[in-house]
This record gives sequence, structure tokens and C-alpha cells, in this order.
Amino acid sequence: MSLSPIAQVTGRGVVVAGDDIDTDRIIPARYMRCITFDGLGEYLFRDVRQTPEGKGTNHPIDDPKYKGATILISGMNFGCGSSREHAPQAIARAGFKAVIAGGFAEIFFGNSTTLGLPCATATRKDLTALMSLIQKDPATLVNFDVKKLQVTAGPLSFPVTLKASAQQGLLSGRYDAIADLLANLPKVKELAERIPSATTS
Amino acid sequence: MGKTLFQKVWDRHSVGILPDGSTQLFVGTHLIHEVTSPQAFGMLRDLGLKVAFPSRTFATVDHIVPTDQRTEPFSDSLADAMIKELRKNCSDFGVTFFDIPSGKQGIVHIVGPEQGITQPGTTIACGDSHTSTHGAFGAVAFGIGTSQVRDVLATQTMALSPLKVRKIEVRGKLGPGVYAKDIILHIIRTLGVNGGTGYAYEYCGPTIEGLSIEERMTICNMSIEGGARAGYVNPDVKTFAYLKGRPYSPKGKEWDVAVAEWKKVISDADAVYDDVKVFEASEIRPTVTWGINPGQGIFIDEAIPSPEQLPEADRASAKEALEFMKFKAGEKLAGQKIQVAFFGSCTNARISDFLEASKFLKGRKVAPGIRAIAVPGSQGVSKICAEMGIDKIFREAGFDWREAGCSMCLGMNPDQLVGDEICASSSNRNFKGRQGSPTGRTLLMSPVMVVAAAVTGQVSDARLVFAKT
Repeated sequence: MSLSPIAQVTGRGVVVAGDDIDTDRIIPARYMRCITFDGLGEYLFRDVRQTPEGKGTNHPIDDPKYKGATILISGMNFGCGSSREHAPQAIARAGFKAVIAGGFAEIFFGNSTTLGLPCATATRKDLTALMSLIQKDPATLVNFDVKKLQVTAGPLSFPVTLKASAQQGLLSGRYDAIADLLANLPKVKELAERIPSATTS
Repeated sequence: MGKTLFQKVWDRHSVGILPDGSTQLFVGTHLIHEVTSPQAFGMLRDLGLKVAFPSRTFATVDHIVPTDQRTEPFSDSLADAMIKELRKNCSDFGVTFFDIPSGKQGIVHIVGPEQGITQPGTTIACGDSHTSTHGAFGAVAFGIGTSQVRDVLATQTMALSPLKVRKIEVRGKLGPGVYAKDIILHIIRTLGVNGGTGYAYEYCGPTIEGLSIEERMTICNMSIEGGARAGYVNPDVKTFAYLKGRPYSPKGKEWDVAVAEWKKVISDADAVYDDVKVFEASEIRPTVTWGINPGQGIFIDEAIPSPEQLPEADRASAKEALEFMKFKAGEKLAGQKIQVAFFGSCTNARISDFLEASKFLKGRKVAPGIRAIAVPGSQGVSKICAEMGIDKIFREAGFDWREAGCSMCLGMNPDQLVGDEICASSSNRNFKGRQGSPTGRTLLMSPVMVVAAAVTGQVSDARLVFAKT
């Protein structure tokens, strides 16, 4: 699959504070009763955006001051828990282009990268500074340079980390591996001969 | 220099290095279910691709199935569409489906081992984070996302970077009333919910070796709650004995060949680990979570910590947890009233879980007003429980004995908490809203502790409740 390389992501940020925000929080399982990913953006953070009675909770995602934000900023261990790709799908379908956090759960990180949703890891100190800046001045443009692994926002500029294979994939437009995997099918078939499979016979 | 089981299995299944530097890893066995596979099949159709090795994929239905009645169409039309979609996909692409009428349906991580599909020395993938369960057999098993499910269907491979390996050695004898669930809750509490990021956990040592295969599954199952994508135990005679004679296990001469191969994948004595942690079993006591992630647990006789007592990095999360759970620092969980008792899930819904708990439940009654449900992990578990009279013990005690499925572990089917109910649960996650109600409160504990809570109507130390049993 030929995909456009992702070298830069620039946009306004929204701060969804907190550590260990799990994928059940990002998209509750009730909203995964579906056979396509269409429309999942609507249910992003659903249970913390609305009370059980359906009243708004002034969640940052709905705060008019962050309207149009495309970079999601959160705390440590973001995306922990379930392997549901519905979580990054909901984030991407709600219009986000990148996530900057203090760390990511591994399955979430991989799922996001495959969708072309880069996940940059910042230190707690840099993250706190970025969060205060965006909360104070939501109009600030945040830039994530995937090549230099640098985040710049107003007066702030700090390094971030990204797994080397993810960086390489994003920069070369190969973040979705399917084409590269398919290209090696003859080799896969050879290997399959040597790997036993579970069978009733 | 020796190798770990992880490294041996990884090397054996490596097709090569991809342009982005990750490994193209062959997946020996692929398991699918109705929630994370329909979009993957949709992508295959969009790309005009077939399933490359249909005999290596096995399907069942678990997350959305109602456990109280099975008549189709299901009352939830969305759930009904999902099971029909899976049936169509399996039929169109030639995949074996353990459907409801097969008598083999159940939670995917219980069905795989039960059928003998889960075997040592192989790689297993499934679009579910609790795939780590299969590591109990010495398989390297990963939870994957839907795009990767598509990759595995189309190529039987996926792009992945190797993990580091942390050896987790557990030594000594467990006290009475302390179970595998307590070991893993204690490990997660100690190493943190993200302590395992980037690692596979190798559980070893005399205590782990002493556990049954089903207990090892409980431990490996929750590796992901500690951030480790995979967790495993080196296979041994117990593993081989468990697998012998199961429908998909090797037969005849092939059995001996297979066992000889399985023995070769065991970690070498001189294997080098990226990290080593040691735990003393005698120090572990029955553990219950008080918060909103599985690392927020305490021994039953401890008090809920105040955020100030915790390392700085854990304080904000602890404050948020106390507020959500409506608990106070310094309180004990023992004596906390519950409204629901849930006995089930891929962590603890196997025959040995029901058998052990039934010994204590026999002749007792669920406390008045408590909604108690028991959900076997598979139709196979259900059948054996019936043969052994275990279902009768649960029913007579006042548990609602259900059909197999994920049930109240994740709130995707009709089994859900209501409002801010407190649930004593044998499942694996206590995230906000996990059990279906946005304000519902989950306390994770061992199955025997769930039964103790059910009969007393409050969180209780099973060792005291059942002292005279």
C-alpha cells in the first residue's frame, strides 16, 4: 500500500490529563458492537464526556477553547489495557493526527502507528510544561517533527522519543506493513512447511 | 551463551527483517473472535486478498454472546449482526468456527488450550490483549490490533519488534487460601501497570513449577495488566500431560516427536535475561484491588494507602481512584459491602477455579440481596462442571449459573453493573466503566475470595470465612 510519508504534524493541542488512561476509557466496550470502524470518533472518551443521564461534563474534548485541536496530549502509560484498535481508530476518526504523552502501552502504540497516528513520548517535565502552555493558550500551534524527534510549541522546544521502526515507517510511508508482508509470501510459505500446525488428524 | 524460550521461539518464527527494521514474524496459530475480526475481514475483501493459511486460524464467539439465553436472533440486534458476520466470514474464508451449537464455544483463551490448539514452542496471536494466557504452555502469545489481524489472515505473519525478557522467579510455598490470582496481582502491584512495557515476562521458580497448568494460565493471562505484552512459563511434564489426548494435540508417533521438540524450546540454564525479579510466595496474602487499575491492590488485611504514602508518580492516579471508588485512605476493604459477585472471565473461569470454590461454597448461601453470577469459560468447562455436580453447588447457593462467555468482565453483553454497584470480581480489569456502568466499581480478587464476598455480602478474608471448612 503506498502511503504518504508523515514527517511533520502541526496543529492545536487538547490536554486530556491523567495517567494510565486505558482503552476502555478511550472507547467503552458498549460502543464496539459494530462490524466496521465507521462513526467511532463520536464515542471517543464517551463515558467521561457525558454523565449516565447524558449531560455534558465539560470534558476537554468538548471544551470550545480546544475546538479544532488535532494533537492529543495526555499522561503516562496512555492506551493501557485492551488491544482494541477501536481506541486509536476513535482518536483518528475524531480528527486527531498525533498523540503526545508520557508513555504508551505497547499494543496501543503499534495499533496507532499502523494507522499513521504517531505517538511521541515526552518526559514528565516537558509534558507538564506543554500541558500548562496549552491550557493557558489553546491557540498555540504544536509541531511534532518526526524526523528530528522534536516537539515545538510557542516558546517550548523539547526532544521526544519514538520507537525506531515506527519513526522509519512513518518517514518512509511504510507504517502499514501489509505490502511489505505480502511481498515475502513465498518465503513465508517455505517457513510454514517447517512450523507444525494444530490439527485433529 | 544460552537463549531464553522467547528468543528460541522468536528466531524459529522469524521470516526476516522488514524495511522499517522490525521483524516479520510467522504466527503458528491465529485465534479470532467476533469483536476485533469483522473489520479485518472487511479490509481483506477491500484489498481482494484471501486467508493465506485458513487451517491455522480458529474462531469462536465470546464477548457479545448473552449468557442467560441463547435463542437467536439475540435481543441486541448489534450483537446478533456480529455473530452472523463471523459465521459468514468463517464460511467464506474456510476458517474453523467453534460456534454455539458446536458444544465447543467459549472464551477464546479457554477454548484454545481446551482443544489442544495452544501448544508449546509456537507463536500465537489473537485480537485480544489477554492472548498472553497461552504463554502458560510455553507458547509466545501476543494480543494484536485489528490491522494486525488482517496481516495475519492475509500472510500468517505480522511486523513486530523483539521484546526484552524479564525473569520473574517466585520461590517458596503459598499459604493456605492464597492462589495464582494473588501471585499475579501482587506482581503487578509491585512492578507497576507499565513496569512490563517492552518486556515478555518469563514466570519461573519452584512456586510457578508447583502450579497446575490452569493456575499458570491465570498468571500469564494478566501479564498485560502489568504492561507486558507476553508472559510465559517453560513447558514441563504437566504441560505435556495436560495436552495429551486433546482434539488438536499431536497423535501417535507425532506426539513423541512433538514432545521432543517442545523440550528443546525451554530456556537454557545459562540464558541471559534483560532483568530478573524475585518474589517470595510466603509473603503473598489474598489480594484485592481498591482502585481503577489492576496495580492498585492491597492484601486483605492492609489498609487502603493514602496517595501521600505512594511514590510521587502514582499519587494523581491514586487520588482519582479514591474519588471514583468512594473509598477513603486508611479504610480496610474487608467489611466493604458489595452488591454483585461475578465469577468468570478468561482469568478465572476454568474447571479448577469452579472446583476449588465449590468446596467452600457447598452448603452455604449467597447473602440476601447480592446478585451473584457464575459463568463457565467454555461449554467444555460447563459440561464437566455439570458432570461433577459443581453447577448444582453454585445454583443451590444462589448463584445464577450461566452459559459460556466473557459476560460481566467487560460490559459488552447484557451482563453489566448498574449505577455505582460494587462488584467482587474474578476478572482482570477494574478500569472505570469496565463492567458496563460508567460509575460501576470493580474489586478484583481470586475466585475463592469472590465466593467469600458473595456469602457474606461484603469483602471478606476467605481464610477466616471458610476457616472451619
